[in-house]
Amino acid sequence: MTRIDVRVDGVSYQDEVEPRTLLVHYLREQVGKVGTVVGCDTSNCGACTVHLDGQAVKSCTVLAVQADGCQVTTIEGIADGATLHPVQRAFHEMHGLQCGFCTPGMIMASIDLLQENPDPSDTEVREGIEGNLCRCTGYQNIVRAVQHAAAEMRGDQGAAGNGPAEPAEAHTVAAPHVAVQA
Amino acid sequence: MIPAQFDYVRPTTVEEALQAIADGGEDVKVLAGGQSLIPVMRLRLAAPETVVDLGRVAELRGVREEGDSLVVGAMTTHADVLTDPLLARYGRLVVQATETVADRQVRRRGTFGGALVHADPAGDLPAVALALDAEFVLAGPGGRRTVPATEFFVDYLTTALEEGELLVEVRLPKLGEDWGVRYEKFNRVAQAWSIVAVAAAVRREGGRIAEARIGLTNMGSTPLRARATEAALVGVDVSMETVTAAAAQAAEGTNPSSDLNAQADYRQHLAQVLTRRAVAAAVGL
Repeated sequence: MTRIDVRVDGVSYQDEVEPRTLLVHYLREQVGKVGTVVGCDTSNCGACTVHLDGQAVKSCTVLAVQADGCQVTTIEGIADGATLHPVQRAFHEMHGLQCGFCTPGMIMASIDLLQENPDPSDTEVREGIEGNLCRCTGYQNIVRAVQHAAAEMRGDQGAAGNGPAEPAEAHTVAAPHVAVQA
Repeated sequence: MIPAQFDYVRPTTVEEALQAIADGGEDVKVLAGGQSLIPVMRLRLAAPETVVDLGRVAELRGVREEGDSLVVGAMTTHADVLTDPLLARYGRLVVQATETVADRQVRRRGTFGGALVHADPAGDLPAVALALDAEFVLAGPGGRRTVPATEFFVDYLTTALEEGELLVEVRLPKLGEDWGVRYEKFNRVAQAWSIVAVAAAVRREGGRIAEARIGLTNMGSTPLRARATEAALVGVDVSMETVTAAAAQAAEGTNPSSDLNAQADYRQHLAQVLTRRAVAAAVGL
């Protein structure tokens, strides 16, 4: 066992871990941060994305011992009390999720992107979150949510910005089962 | 899955790291950014007895200038590469290729040296290092030695690193304003490995091509140079016709594999197309 000293969502922890413990398992099972989920188990999907010293990483591909002495921020640590983080709020308002499983990682990757590029184009958002997979394939509204959050964080909500202020229209009338119900 | 048990050592200097490797027993793995090693350990394709983590060896991280060379520390992350002012000026081919490596999160952790030592022929940086005739500085119990890129990549996932040795830094020639560069990568979806990619650096003198360096990704068990194309480009006038004719020889001497993504003959076709595109972009056509 190896002793580690980490700060997770603002709280310091000293813990004994096996060197082979993955950061995501440490966060979920020892610290109780179950908001961070395990998706693919192969470092592809990005659902487990957290910030390590402010930078987005895939916590299934980092050992807990590598986080020793670092600050970890999870999806549970970004709201300010009862006030959601602007990116969380934007995912809610723009309906940037369907099943929601990819959402913690999407939000953490998006915050990282917006720190670097506060006004990303549609293409820049898509490239910025290329390490995160949504298996509902709801990318349209995810991109809108990120741009909506970007505008709010820049303080020019209401100004044109890059993103529309409404979620995408759902063209469900094209689906046969909807037509039958109608 | 989680990795099998191992002993973990975290040195803070190259000397300590070499000692830890020497003391680590039969099967020692060096952990750089971990973006290839940790997945491999999770799948139990590797189950080392000892893992030596270079994460705290500060002297291995960073880029410096030495005369006509840039020296890139092995633990310089891909994200560091993308924001480094020296590489932005003299190492644009490295920067372009690094932009295509995996995704944002992986680039935060993954390292320049780790990607080269892993020596996956589908990786983006080995072909760039080969095209640039990079020199690899290896530290071992008996001191340091320098290995040219042509000798560093030995086979699939195999380099000239001997047991007990460590890659400390990589020397790259500074490419000035007279060089045009392009990394042209073909893959199926975002963050996927290259099916084929081409790294081109071309020096122009007026309307002619004076020198061309072309590295091929995933066209054999190691990165390769498109030597026939390089030779055909020297001295020719810059035009789409001359570039296309030279690029038609890009697959000569290659031995790509066939897999789910592509058959070997398709890869050879791609090598020609991507070489044409890369050279054309590098010379500004």
